[in-house]
Amino acid sequence: MDLDVRMPIGLMFSIFGVLLAGYGLFADHGIYEAHSLGINVNLGWGVVLLAFGATMLGFALRARRRAQRR
Amino acid sequence: MLIELGFIDYALLIIYFVFVLGIGFVLRKGVGGTKDFFESGRTLPAWICALGFIGANLGAQEVMGMAASGAKYGIMTSHFYWVGAIPAMVFVAVFMMPFYYGSKARSVPEYLKLRFDEKTRGFNAVTFAGMTVMSSGISMYALATLLHAILGWNFHLCIAASGVVVLVYIFMGGLRSAIYNEVLQFFLIVFGFLPLVLLGLKQIGGWAGLTRRLGMVATTSGMPDGAWSHSWALTGSATTNPMGVEWFGLAMGLGFVLSFGYWCTDFLVIQRAMAAESMGAARRTPIIAAFPKMLFPFLVILPGMIAIALHVDGGSSAGFSLPVKGDSLNYDMVVPAMLAHFFPNGLLGLGLTALIASFMSGMAGNVTAFNTVWTYDIYQSYIRKNASDAHYLAVGRWATVAGIGASIACAYAAARFNNIMDVLQLVFAFVNAPLFATFLLGMFWRRATGHGAFFGLLTGTVAAAAHHGLSLPKGAEVGIKGGWLSVVHHYPSEMAQNFWTAIWAFSACFVATIVVSLVTKRRKSDEELTGLVYALTARAKEDGVPWHKRPATLGVAILAVTLVLNIVFW
Repeated sequence: MDLDVRMPIGLMFSIFGVLLAGYGLFADHGIYEAHSLGINVNLGWGVVLLAFGATMLGFALRARRRAQRR
Repeated sequence: MLIELGFIDYALLIIYFVFVLGIGFVLRKGVGGTKDFFESGRTLPAWICALGFIGANLGAQEVMGMAASGAKYGIMTSHFYWVGAIPAMVFVAVFMMPFYYGSKARSVPEYLKLRFDEKTRGFNAVTFAGMTVMSSGISMYALATLLHAILGWNFHLCIAASGVVVLVYIFMGGLRSAIYNEVLQFFLIVFGFLPLVLLGLKQIGGWAGLTRRLGMVATTSGMPDGAWSHSWALTGSATTNPMGVEWFGLAMGLGFVLSFGYWCTDFLVIQRAMAAESMGAARRTPIIAAFPKMLFPFLVILPGMIAIALHVDGGSSAGFSLPVKGDSLNYDMVVPAMLAHFFPNGLLGLGLTALIASFMSGMAGNVTAFNTVWTYDIYQSYIRKNASDAHYLAVGRWATVAGIGASIACAYAAARFNNIMDVLQLVFAFVNAPLFATFLLGMFWRRATGHGAFFGLLTGTVAAAAHHGLSLPKGAEVGIKGGWLSVVHHYPSEMAQNFWTAIWAFSACFVATIVVSLVTKRRKSDEELTGLVYALTARAKEDGVPWHKRPATLGVAILAVTLVLNIVFW
């Protein structure tokens, strides 16, 4: 049993990113006025998390393909 | 102060727990014997060990405590990183890892057994096991108290839930499961706290705005203008800086004795490096870990500095003020207060998950170190010597259960009798303070004997206790803070007293070990000490290793960058 740690990390951050960005698209803008200086941080940071998660997944999948070829 | 969580916040938290438990579940099939369970089969690449190394150290005491210190002492808190961590991390990688990884030792106490004798190992194993259980209990207590205070969650439920989650993933997957989760937690903490720093800096007007307001913080507390924004400039005298320490006590006490004692001898972190796939990877582990460690002040101290700067005029102009406890500020609440202020629902869930993750990584680190030391150094050495591997694996798993059970007991003891825990913590600090002297002499002087090491350690511990009993920080009362023998010296601050206790303990142990070694007979031949002592160990071959992967090169690079950081924030 060999689990590549980048797999769960990539998956979790991708899910986090999608949820956060999705919430950022639909949530009432008032919460950003009240907290985060009027910036839609959920959308912005959600995209960052998704990018990080996808990169990790990419690494994990590439490593797996290489191992299979061997 | 209560934070209201929304649906999205709960969703993130639950998904995190699913992944934490899922990792343990998937990895359980890979655990065939004790080597897999306690040492992760020695198969992990350096970068994973490095992030586990740093993740296990990145407990909640770190995240919440460093933010609190950032508010209390300003940029001087960075000494805990740029003086009190990086040099020691480079040292353990370059000079000490060959003995840990290269010898047959499976734990730090076992190294002491091979190098010195049974009693030195026993002393270290028992005190270390006690300390890990207590630290994990304190983490648990702090987590439950915090969640109860900010979310109104049930205290007992928080204790039970955190204990069960950590138990399940270690019980199933052992050390590898703990390390994988530490890597996950590492990234979570980085991504969970970074927005806090960015938003905070934006509100306060960047670095310039921050230093201007920190100047106000300093002058209102009667310190020179730059007291919160300079790390060294005001350490000529203990009275001109908020930490109340002078440069020598700082450099020797924190930078040498305390930091080398922790990073070079604490099995909690060393265990992560020993899980590496090769000697090269084991040696690179602390150095790779040093890179993020070097940058952590910007992640964990800066929020505290921003918080006190926003708070300085009573929060009137910034709309942010720190919670108070009695008649002083409640610095422990810096991080939760900042999260509540800057994070809307959504990001709030991420920040809270990161905070909970930091508590759990600290707990899990302690529990995995405990089950290993218990099984190898106590059970296998003193209780049952020649049992099957499967037997020891089962003992390790049940030691995990027992360790968590003992942590829970400690958490309740901390909740009920505050003083007992403080006293115990103090006792362990005395035991730890001289440890580095023993390792230093053991690794670099072949004449050091078992009796020398053991009596050196005892002398150092007694010296630490005596120094504490004879000195008192300014403004403190005689008792747990010191002076319980008689007060012959006053220190300007508790921090200064701690640093000097460490210096005295180290020196006493160092001298006593040498003296006792010289008058006792050497019992270990050169042959027995091969691989355990510097002069008797072949240098690691690095012929095929490219220069950018060599520990020495990497170490020099990281020290150079650290030096630059010290100068920039001088």
